[in-house]
Amino acid sequence: MSETGASRPIIALKDVTKSFGAVSALRGVSLELYAGEAHALAGENGAGKSTLVKTLAGVHRPDSGTVLLHGEPVVFHGPADAQAAGVAVIYQEPTLFPDLSVAENIFMGRQPRAGLGRIDRRAMRAETAALFQRLGVGLAPDQPARGLSIADQQLVEIAKALSRDARVLIMDEPTAALSGNEVDRLFGVVEALRAQGCAVLFISHRLDEIFRLCQRVTTLRDGAWIASEPVEGLTHDDLIRRMVGRELDALYPKQDTTPGEVALKVERLTREGVFTDVSFEVRRGEIAALAGLVGAGRSEVARAIFGIDRFDAGKVTVNGRELPPGSPTAAMGAGLALVPEDRRQQGLVMDMSIERNIGLTGLAALRRGPVISRAAERDRARDWALKLRLKFARLNDGVGVLSGGNQQKVVLAKWLAIGPSVLIVDEPTRGIDVGTKAEVHRLLSELAGQGMAVLMISSDLPEVLGMADRVLVMHEGRITAEIPRERATEESVMAAATGRAAA
Amino acid sequence: MAPDTASDIPVRPAGEARGGLGRFLRWDVLVTALLIAVFLAGSAGSDGFATIDNLSFALGDLGEIALIALAMTMLVVAAEVDLSVASVLGLSSALIGALWDGGWAIEAIIPLVVVVGMVCGLINGLLVTRLGLPSLAVTIGTLALYRGLAYVVLGDKAVAEFPANYVSLAVDDVPGTPIPYPVALFAVLAVITGIVLHATGFGRSLFAIGAQEEAAFFAGIRVKRIKLLLFVLSGTVAAFAGVVFTLRYGSARADNGMGIELAVIAAVLLGGVDFDGGKGTLGGVIAGVLLIGLLRNLLMLNDVATEIQSIVTGLLLIISVLTPRLAAIVRQRRRAPAL
Repeated sequence: MSETGASRPIIALKDVTKSFGAVSALRGVSLELYAGEAHALAGENGAGKSTLVKTLAGVHRPDSGTVLLHGEPVVFHGPADAQAAGVAVIYQEPTLFPDLSVAENIFMGRQPRAGLGRIDRRAMRAETAALFQRLGVGLAPDQPARGLSIADQQLVEIAKALSRDARVLIMDEPTAALSGNEVDRLFGVVEALRAQGCAVLFISHRLDEIFRLCQRVTTLRDGAWIASEPVEGLTHDDLIRRMVGRELDALYPKQDTTPGEVALKVERLTREGVFTDVSFEVRRGEIAALAGLVGAGRSEVARAIFGIDRFDAGKVTVNGRELPPGSPTAAMGAGLALVPEDRRQQGLVMDMSIERNIGLTGLAALRRGPVISRAAERDRARDWALKLRLKFARLNDGVGVLSGGNQQKVVLAKWLAIGPSVLIVDEPTRGIDVGTKAEVHRLLSELAGQGMAVLMISSDLPEVLGMADRVLVMHEGRITAEIPRERATEESVMAAATGRAAA
Repeated sequence: MAPDTASDIPVRPAGEARGGLGRFLRWDVLVTALLIAVFLAGSAGSDGFATIDNLSFALGDLGEIALIALAMTMLVVAAEVDLSVASVLGLSSALIGALWDGGWAIEAIIPLVVVVGMVCGLINGLLVTRLGLPSLAVTIGTLALYRGLAYVVLGDKAVAEFPANYVSLAVDDVPGTPIPYPVALFAVLAVITGIVLHATGFGRSLFAIGAQEEAAFFAGIRVKRIKLLLFVLSGTVAAFAGVVFTLRYGSARADNGMGIELAVIAAVLLGGVDFDGGKGTLGGVIAGVLLIGLLRNLLMLNDVATEIQSIVTGLLLIISVLTPRLAAIVRQRRRAPAL
């Protein structure tokens, strides 16, 4: 199918260099995107992937090197130029107007006109329906954008790109927030686009997806081009080696442990309309995973246990102490810590420095008399920064300047610093690079080894299978299966997660 | 500063650090410079300005605004605001008048009105924290409500002739200094507020709440309780400021202190506190308060009409909100020249 334009790439970068101040984000990078081909862009966080995307999207102009459109050098003076040239970027979290219909969102600013300058709603609806038909998705043009899942919102963005005759689709971590069958559907759409002669640039931290979807892959490391090669014949390990530049010991270094006494006990926990009758235990020294599809209620259970949300019925006990509902302060006092799902909103105060973020969970512990001891605060931050091998310049830098993986380390530091006996981690490695991911896994394994009870929520199935001693699976607000490590397989977990009868 | 740690790879350019020129462009430093400039210009331009007597008067005239600004600073840092403070001040003044007229002892009246102020703040706080209403809307409502109550309590009467020893506490200087008692009290409270805001865990919590409320809540900070406390504090301080105001002017009226919430908020924002919360220093606010005070005094000395004074306050407010935004835009442009 790639014969359509095999000889010449639709768009290409040639020897592109881009620096910001003293940091070179891209150094002599080349990339060729062909019609009918899905091309993966691999690399750890900070490797230069987003700079490359922004160069293609007309946000950045290269310091040297050229952008070639159908073989001719072009200069994009802004995103509008790139759009006009047929380049569309689908971001991880699309921004639609929630109060407008799907069709109105797609044609925002370019509505078809009827007489007297009125918007031709019928034409707009028909064209939208045709677009969805082309993509093979079952969305209704009149549906309001509010309430659409992230997956559906992405499809609307793709439809919008198509309506502008985009020939190059750049997808920046589109699957990070999607559940399994949403990913399947998205991939179906990408296949359809490919068949219609679009070039797709696909970015994902999930290597499986790269192997499933893409024909070629370009790897970046520290801003430099490492390789562009066919995916076929490549192994996971090959790709990881190119990304990291060294062998990874193991992505899932799980130590064997013998579980101790029960540290977290959840009994018949119910929050009406969200989850029902959830009971389980987590023992010291054990990693229990809470698996399931996005929307199954896993994060909501974690929030209720920690006291972010109230629950309507049931009981949460930590080390034999019953927690009052709705009080994170009490939960922390009992030895519970929660590394939340959304590190930028919930995990960190982005405007604050590394040390202040780490100190935030210990304002009482850092007191000397009535005031906070800055020395104690800095010591606490430095201790944990070193223990977790945080990459930073200064402890009083804002956390906003850190990469995603390092931000996640700060969140972990801030919670480990309170010395919890039960640690709940919600999507601990979402959106972070492979190297850091392995470090987080090793850390969780060590913590469990030292007797901490770990409850891990994850949508990353290999991570669940690789790290968990026991897998609890949720489906539509209920726990549908509890699978020990030996019997946990992709099939058994997915069967329970999708509500098919399971063991 | 402590030496850099053993970390190997700096993950970002050092360009973003505020060093060299950037330090001088800090807003609170800028306001202090402006304060000095206004002072020098005032000294050169108006004869009676740079005298001890006048400055002492200018400070005293600023007392209520300055006191309320302390509580307001903490609220705005936590991304809330209390617009009802001037009305609480008025209600407090009206109550003093009515009770004094009714033969109560001043020793009983003062604690009572302070408690009423506390209740006013509690109502604001409960509406904001329990019902989740935006404080801007809630306190515009109670701005009207409390002022209305003030008129109900006292009508348009004016009550005067308070005991001389109390009046003198509101107007006289601390012996041996040119500093009026309320200003001395302000100085003490300002030091305490500065410590609370910048050195205690409570202060940290306020900045965290203002910068990112959800993350603060996830970190175990009792967001609602703290906000409620701030509103109660604000109401209490405003009522106490009403006592000072009433005694200083020797006159209890329902319309006392009308509109000074604007001067307070102008001072706080001028002092570099971000209206969206999470940023600001008490030092900056004190400079802001003094700047507003000097400007008002200069305008008064030069017989500028009160309408113009109001215009100046309004302009300062807008400028102080606008300038940091403009500066941020300029900085962003400079950082990403390719855009």
